[in-house]
Amino acid sequence: MTSQATLSGWGRWPRRTCRTAPLLAEAPFPGGPTLGAASAITRGNGRSYGDPALNPDMTLTGTRANRMLSFDPGTGDLVTEAGVLMSEILDIFAPRGWFPQVVPGTKFGSVGGMIGSDVHGKNHHCAGSFGDHVNWIDLLCADGELRRCSSEENAELYNATCGGMGLTGHILAASVRLRRIASAWIAQETIPVPDLDTAMGVFEANHDTTYSVAWIDCLARGDSRGRSLIYLGDHADPEALDREKRADPFKLPARRKLAMPLDAPSWALNALTLRAFNQAYYKAGCRKAGHGVVDYDSYFFPLDSIANWNRLYGAPGFAQYQCALPLATARDALLDLLEAISEARLGSFLAVLKRMGPGAPERPLSFPIEGYTLALDFPLSSRALTLLDCLDEITVAAGGRLYLAKDSRMTQRTFEAGYGPALDQFRALRAETGATDVFQSVQSRRLAI
Amino acid sequence: MSAQKKSVLVLGARSDIARAIAAEFARKGYNIMLAGRDTGWLDRDASDMSLRFQIETTVHKFDALDLDGHEAFFDALPTVPSIVVCAVGLLGDQEADVQDPAAVRRIIDTNFTGPAHALEVAARRLAATEDDTAIVGIGSVAGDRGRAKNYLYGAAKAGFGEYLSGMRQKYVQSRLHVMTVKPGFVATAMTEGMDLPGPLTSTPEKFAKNVVRALDKRRMVYYDLRWRVLMGVITHLPERIFVRTKF
Ligand SMILES: NC(=O)c1ccc[n+]([C@@H]2O[C@H](COP(=O)([O-])OP(=O)(O)OC[C@H]3O[C@@H](n4cnc5c(N)ncnc54)[C@H](OP(=O)(O)O)[C@@H]3O)[C@@H](O)[C@H]2O)c1
Repeated sequence: MTSQATLSGWGRWPRRTCRTAPLLAEAPFPGGPTLGAASAITRGNGRSYGDPALNPDMTLTGTRANRMLSFDPGTGDLVTEAGVLMSEILDIFAPRGWFPQVVPGTKFGSVGGMIGSDVHGKNHHCAGSFGDHVNWIDLLCADGELRRCSSEENAELYNATCGGMGLTGHILAASVRLRRIASAWIAQETIPVPDLDTAMGVFEANHDTTYSVAWIDCLARGDSRGRSLIYLGDHADPEALDREKRADPFKLPARRKLAMPLDAPSWALNALTLRAFNQAYYKAGCRKAGHGVVDYDSYFFPLDSIANWNRLYGAPGFAQYQCALPLATARDALLDLLEAISEARLGSFLAVLKRMGPGAPERPLSFPIEGYTLALDFPLSSRALTLLDCLDEITVAAGGRLYLAKDSRMTQRTFEAGYGPALDQFRALRAETGATDVFQSVQSRRLAI
Repeated sequence: MSAQKKSVLVLGARSDIARAIAAEFARKGYNIMLAGRDTGWLDRDASDMSLRFQIETTVHKFDALDLDGHEAFFDALPTVPSIVVCAVGLLGDQEADVQDPAAVRRIIDTNFTGPAHALEVAARRLAATEDDTAIVGIGSVAGDRGRAKNYLYGAAKAGFGEYLSGMRQKYVQSRLHVMTVKPGFVATAMTEGMDLPGPLTSTPEKFAKNVVRALDKRRMVYYDLRWRVLMGVITHLPERIFVRTKF
């Protein structure tokens, strides 16, 4: 049975009225993979930003297919249905001394969604992306067959599915590897840096640090462009914790949950408030520079503690811009991007810079490439959309690309320039397996994936 | 009374409400027995609950309509549970069902005859343990007043509700507690595709928490306050007026 719902991604733009039905946990589906509709896409917990998890014909919502099926403490292999959230894995396994190999910036993504977006985390430079730690995927393909896909079995399909935005089939279950941790705490070092070159220097000098990420002041101008607070981190050794924490190194303090009760009015966010906020944030960071211990929740998911923080940008919604730039061109391109952003006096306080390790060329639509990635939000307006087009030009000229999981507005040309021949390979695989017409999203139609 | 060793049996465990109630008890440390027609499916839920809550789960084949098999079903359980939850039910399609004798029987039997008999068998065994035990039967607000939209289902649920009420009185001096649960709207597979009014609709998880909390407090009936108010109005409308409304 199906219903109608107006859906959007986390950025709340665009919105589409879609037929929806719950994703079933077991194949075959009555009426085939689309439940009888012209085409379908799976939607996990709706945490991609733009339009990849929308299909007016049929959007299968995955969050009820959320059973954990097995866990092997010998190997750390966890088998779950696709709708299990990262937060559930953390809540259950972190207290038992296990942690996901890769965690993205929100813990509310689903396993299916994290595979489909091949998400990366603050350890990308040394651990790769989510897909690097997936043993196998059970994929319901266009022909209605359920296929187990791994690097040995149906390898091409497996590679295309990691990062494939649900366009190869419905992910129904997967086996992912967890790693051992000795405590639920992160030993953190905060390093304020006055400009981009210093920031990049710190990243380059810290390849062996497990986690690294920078909050970057995207409105700083001139020589201050790239002014950042770099957060380095590693799982804390219980020996390094104070007595109280050492007594039960997996016990986290109860956190207060905040919520955005309503949409922020449009005047709340403007160039002045943003610049003021960013300056204050940087100054506060400078005062807190040095070493500390934080719980993993605060370190990895600072925003998740504010429910519906996406309402911060007001009713029109927002677009997130995330690009990856090759190492060779990253510095100049970043300076150009920051220049354009601060010139336009647009941008946000949630800008993030990160050094990425080698990408995964065998996975055609996987986003990361070796170099740097910059991510920031823009409250939606026509001025913002114009600026984003300019940013695209800088990114493309530098040989960079945009992240499908964040995108809601790039053009087919930008997309094709970013992903190159790998995209042709992906399209060919879709055609071959009959997926082209069966698995579609508003995004896949927009970009002719 | 160590909660660890106690167990909860859930009849009709594949239902979303039942699954959520089972998970709520599992969270509190109870071992869980899941019973239903599709044991292959229930195995998945069993793995999920054992993994999440580190408790023991077992899966048992149970058909509410097989009245003759109920004694044998309870005999075959690994232990006598301390709590039995019955979520068995079938909404059906009023218009089509009333014209089909087999469907009429199926709706009445799935919502009334089967659950009533199964719980009768359960009650005898639970009362005999001389421990604190409980039976939780899921009825429906649809049983409060017959409505054109679903009176076949509603009548059967009304019957089940009265049955539970009688059973509660019978065992009131014993350590067996009988609780009736009357859901309003809960967004589940049963209601998938229906246009439910948001403020009156609960999720299986929230609903389950409330049910378990109500049982902890030894409530006789769990009935969401908003629904009690709404149905209070509806049941007190004079018949002459009620028949003209669109409830
Ligand atoms: N959802 C609501 O808004 C709502 C409102 C009022 C009352 N209720 C009541 O709440 C209970 C749970 O409902 P739900 O919404 O979760 O719906 P549901 O999924 O349809 O639940 C019905 C359950 O009964 C089982 N069942 C049916 N016939 C059976 C039989 N002969 N033997 C054994 N099990 C049988 C089903 O198992 P199979 O999977 O094997 O069919 C299923 O587990 C039901 O009693 C329902 O009437 C629900």
